Amino acid sequence: MDKNYFFEDTITADEKRVDGVAKVTGAATFSAEHTIPGLTYAVFVCSTIARGTIKNMVLAKAKNAPGVIDIIYYLNCPVVPGYTSEIKEKNQRERVLNGLNVFADNIVYSNGQPIALVIADTWERAVYAASLVKVEYIEEKPETDFDNLMQKAEAPGWGGTYKRGDEDAYKKAEVMIENEYSIPAETHNPIEPHATVAVWEKNDKLVVYDKTQGPKSTQGDLALLFGLKRENIQVITEFVGGAFGCALRTWPHTPAACIAAKKIGRPVKLVLTREQMFTMVGYRPISWQKIGIGASRDGKLTGITHHAISNTSRYEQFSESIVDPSQNLHDCPNVNTSYKTLALDINTPIWMRGPGPATGCFALESALDELAYKLNMDPIELRLKNYAEVHPQNKLPWTSKHLKECYELGREKIGWHNRPSVPGTLKENGMLTGYGMGVGVFWAGRSSATARGTLYADGMFVLQSAISDMGPGTTTAMVSIAAEQMGLPPDKIRFELGNTDFPTGPTQGGSGSTTAVGTAVTLICEAMQVSLKEMAIESVPGFKNYKPEELDYKNGKVSAKTNSSTSISYTDIIKQSGKPELQVSKSTESFAQRDKYAMNSFSAHFVKLHVHPVTGVITLKKIVAVADCGRVISETTARSQMVGGAVGGIGMAMHEETLMDHHSGRYINANLADYHVPVNADIPAIDVLFVNKPDNIISPTGAKGIGEIALVGVAPAVANAVYNATGKRITRLPITPDKLI
Amino acid sequence: MINFEYSRTSSVKAALDVLAKNPGASFIAGGTNLVDLMKKGVATPQRLVDINNLPLKQISIDAKGLTIGALALNSDVAENEKVKKNYPLLVQAINAGASAQLRNMATIGGNIMQRTRCTYFYDTTLPCNKRKPGSGCGALKGYNRMHAIFGASDKCIAVQPSDMSVALAALDATVMVSSSKGERKIPFTDFHRLPGDIPEKDNNLQPGELITAIHVPVNSFNKNHYLKIRDRASYAFALVSVAVALKVNGNIIQSARLAMGGVAHKPWRLKQAEEMLTGSAIHDLSFAKLTDNIMQDAKTYEHNAFKIKLGKAAIAEAINKALQ
Ligand SMILES: Cc1cc2nc3c(=O)[nH]c(=O)nc-3n(C[C@H](O)[C@H](O)[C@H](O)COP(=O)(O)OP(=O)(O)OC[C@H]3O[C@@H](n4cnc5c(N)ncnc54)[C@H](O)[C@@H]3O)c2cc1C
Repeated sequence: MDKNYFFEDTITADEKRVDGVAKVTGAATFSAEHTIPGLTYAVFVCSTIARGTIKNMVLAKAKNAPGVIDIIYYLNCPVVPGYTSEIKEKNQRERVLNGLNVFADNIVYSNGQPIALVIADTWERAVYAASLVKVEYIEEKPETDFDNLMQKAEAPGWGGTYKRGDEDAYKKAEVMIENEYSIPAETHNPIEPHATVAVWEKNDKLVVYDKTQGPKSTQGDLALLFGLKRENIQVITEFVGGAFGCALRTWPHTPAACIAAKKIGRPVKLVLTREQMFTMVGYRPISWQKIGIGASRDGKLTGITHHAISNTSRYEQFSESIVDPSQNLHDCPNVNTSYKTLALDINTPIWMRGPGPATGCFALESALDELAYKLNMDPIELRLKNYAEVHPQNKLPWTSKHLKECYELGREKIGWHNRPSVPGTLKENGMLTGYGMGVGVFWAGRSSATARGTLYADGMFVLQSAISDMGPGTTTAMVSIAAEQMGLPPDKIRFELGNTDFPTGPTQGGSGSTTAVGTAVTLICEAMQVSLKEMAIESVPGFKNYKPEELDYKNGKVSAKTNSSTSISYTDIIKQSGKPELQVSKSTESFAQRDKYAMNSFSAHFVKLHVHPVTGVITLKKIVAVADCGRVISETTARSQMVGGAVGGIGMAMHEETLMDHHSGRYINANLADYHVPVNADIPAIDVLFVNKPDNIISPTGAKGIGEIALVGVAPAVANAVYNATGKRITRLPITPDKLI
Repeated sequence: MINFEYSRTSSVKAALDVLAKNPGASFIAGGTNLVDLMKKGVATPQRLVDINNLPLKQISIDAKGLTIGALALNSDVAENEKVKKNYPLLVQAINAGASAQLRNMATIGGNIMQRTRCTYFYDTTLPCNKRKPGSGCGALKGYNRMHAIFGASDKCIAVQPSDMSVALAALDATVMVSSSKGERKIPFTDFHRLPGDIPEKDNNLQPGELITAIHVPVNSFNKNHYLKIRDRASYAFALVSVAVALKVNGNIIQSARLAMGGVAHKPWRLKQAEEMLTGSAIHDLSFAKLTDNIMQDAKTYEHNAFKIKLGKAAIAEAINKALQ
């Protein structure tokens, strides 16, 4: 593999994913793989209408099927304390706490909603029995067609409008453009389906093996639902096989498994099917956007107006920060934005990689590209001309911002000088050839986190925090940080996670794990070194007369600054101290200087592609992804993040679309054959470059965050390259061949 | 999960006997289509007759042409050196289908028997006349981007999804069939049928019949191309596809074969266009006239109007590619 990095300092050049071997050998235990004595198997019966009520459920046949233990539905569901009566008093179609209160009543809010749970002694028998349940409905006509219902959208509770300077200033500009953009629903489709194994160890003690990005938040949700103390619930998530956001909250299947396990008095396993992964665990919402941008003839932005609508469900409000990039990514004196949501008879959406900005930047970065052509200006020059040195909204300095370097690195690497300034004029081997770029942005910051570190006399250093690693390589990054801080080889360090018995850590989302938990780990390592020096003075004869500040800690050893022959390894210190181990817990508060700084990670994506002049088929030739993510903690996993994000962005640009039949309100491509994600043959060479300059204000790790900016900005880069190649501006994703002929 | 019986047979006669005695039985070959249909509850055979042990895996070429046993694997045919040399169109079409893993399991007989990928057919909660006669066609007024533009009826607008079949239709292949009544040959272009009033019938194979082989006659086409336009570079069904086989002598097209996929309930052979091409000089082809003529019968629905333009583009491109 050729290396295309730009590194100032990397911690370990050839580090490996610490969980890699377990994952590729099958030794890693995912939530569905926990086997518990007496385990039973649950399978959902799901609604086949999108809106209405259940009149009757005929269960006799299913109940008598072999192996069936119980069938739970709204008429026999045990009381769930969290389903409070005040919810019922509210508008029937409006739920609050946990979204859908599974089995609470007979209302159908979306097609594919779980309405009954069949529990049997084997999974096959549960599947069969579930197929025997007959449901009679009182059906109402569903409203699912976003395009035709958009005028019904409403402002969300928190207002949804923003204005700085003059409203609609773009309309008076010397040069202006206006366009509308549509993005269909996209379903996360991680390879691991959601799964829950629920075990009631006592009447008030629950153990749950669950796919979640936040073991602690799942624990909290279940505590509320079942009226238990948090400490009576243990959530275990050792490995997560990808999530991209769909495991950010507690969905109905988790309480359903717990309800069932309690009712039958045996452990229950519930694994969603691929089809159910479309109807139960969210998706990137459908969106419509309209942007108007105006500039002076020399390219200084004078006004941006950005309106957006995205969908939510009928039973919950879900909103995203789609218009935020227009407010602060580029410098512009006059900006006004509005955001509304449209309630449809579909399940609730959820954040998907780059939530908000991924959608907003598609529109904004496409619009800027369009403006650049109208100004006859290079799109990078246009962005440089409007480079925000301070945050345009609150005028605060950024903790760090190296977007200019991203432009420079990417421009060079993609060969931007080959880009034709007139679209449709460059051909390579008969193929229309185009170059495009797009900028990505996401919030950076640091949440609170706690971790515990234990240094054992046998040399192992074990760190623990109740977070999950959905795949980005948090485990590897934490080991890297600890290895560097403690001067120990990575194989002497183990980072344990995914268990609520460990100290509290944040939910994995918004690219925040490395900064938060990494800070706690850094603090632990610093405290450990202080303790080791003190322990040496106390228990090791040769150190008796030293003061702590006269000692050095380096490479696993404490030694005297003035006399390096007075030196002792940490294992010997612990042994001589007579204690079995040295344990330290540390917490970090969430980043406190929000009034002093603006905080963002940035990326710039560059695409070169071919479009077949006759058939409209796009062939990507090269992608360059450049990140300003602070310091790169783990080269291997950071690169994987950027590559994976680029692939996700290609999917968004060219392939992904969750399709619905509006007569039935039913998804019609809820499988991996018909829901297209990119395959290997779609993916070109991807060059990843890092600015790799530490941001020491956000956290002592120097990191900002990378997972989201890896995807944000890819789709507009593709669309802009398509325009450069063909002169066709595609504003409705995905860009399939039929749109280019 | 509906229980079914299973038997494995090792001779054609035995397989036919089991089928004759069990009208609700289905043959199973690679299983890459049938097992999915069973899992979705679309197919509910009472018995599976496993035919993988039948001696029908031969791939042989003689003076008359190519004979492929019904149980030869898609990948074995596509990788056979002689087939590659003499029937490049067939090889390209096979390789354009599914994924390498699927082609390693899929058989030639199963491939031409594969059922439509219409999503309404696959979802047992939605209407579909092909799956449940009389329930209506969900696609007609539903989502129909992938659907037919030729030969559909108001009962069914599904398309036949097999890529290989498009090449076989162009190459004038014959399907060899056995039943307890004896053997018969079905010209490939008569094998699949249009939906008409009985969309539940994909093809003209009769109950109790087993496909034993496919014969492709020897040909002298020296310019061949299979072009498949799809939404991603691999592992996606055709929006439209075109099979072209031409015999070019000097500058003149002496004979032509042209068929389209992804546009009808059967591979869509374009005989009139073939006649127009025959005798033409290769530097003097009027694609506009040719493709306008082809598309004059097309009827589109809400989401698939693009297939006319894309179809025209694909035909022109496929012919150009073949001539290169
Ligand atoms: C995700 C996916 C993507 C795909 N993409 C494509 C694609 O792009 N292009 C394409 O062309 N195909 C595609 N396929 C379809 C694939 O080519 C077929 O599934 C395969 O060819 C079927 O062969 P099989 O041997 O597995 O058939 P089986 O599943 O075993 O059988 C299919 C049917 O044929 C009948 N049958 C089998 N053999 C005989 C026989 N000798 N006589 C009579 N009846 C018989 C069976 O009874 C059954 O009804 C795709 C399939 C999948 C799952």
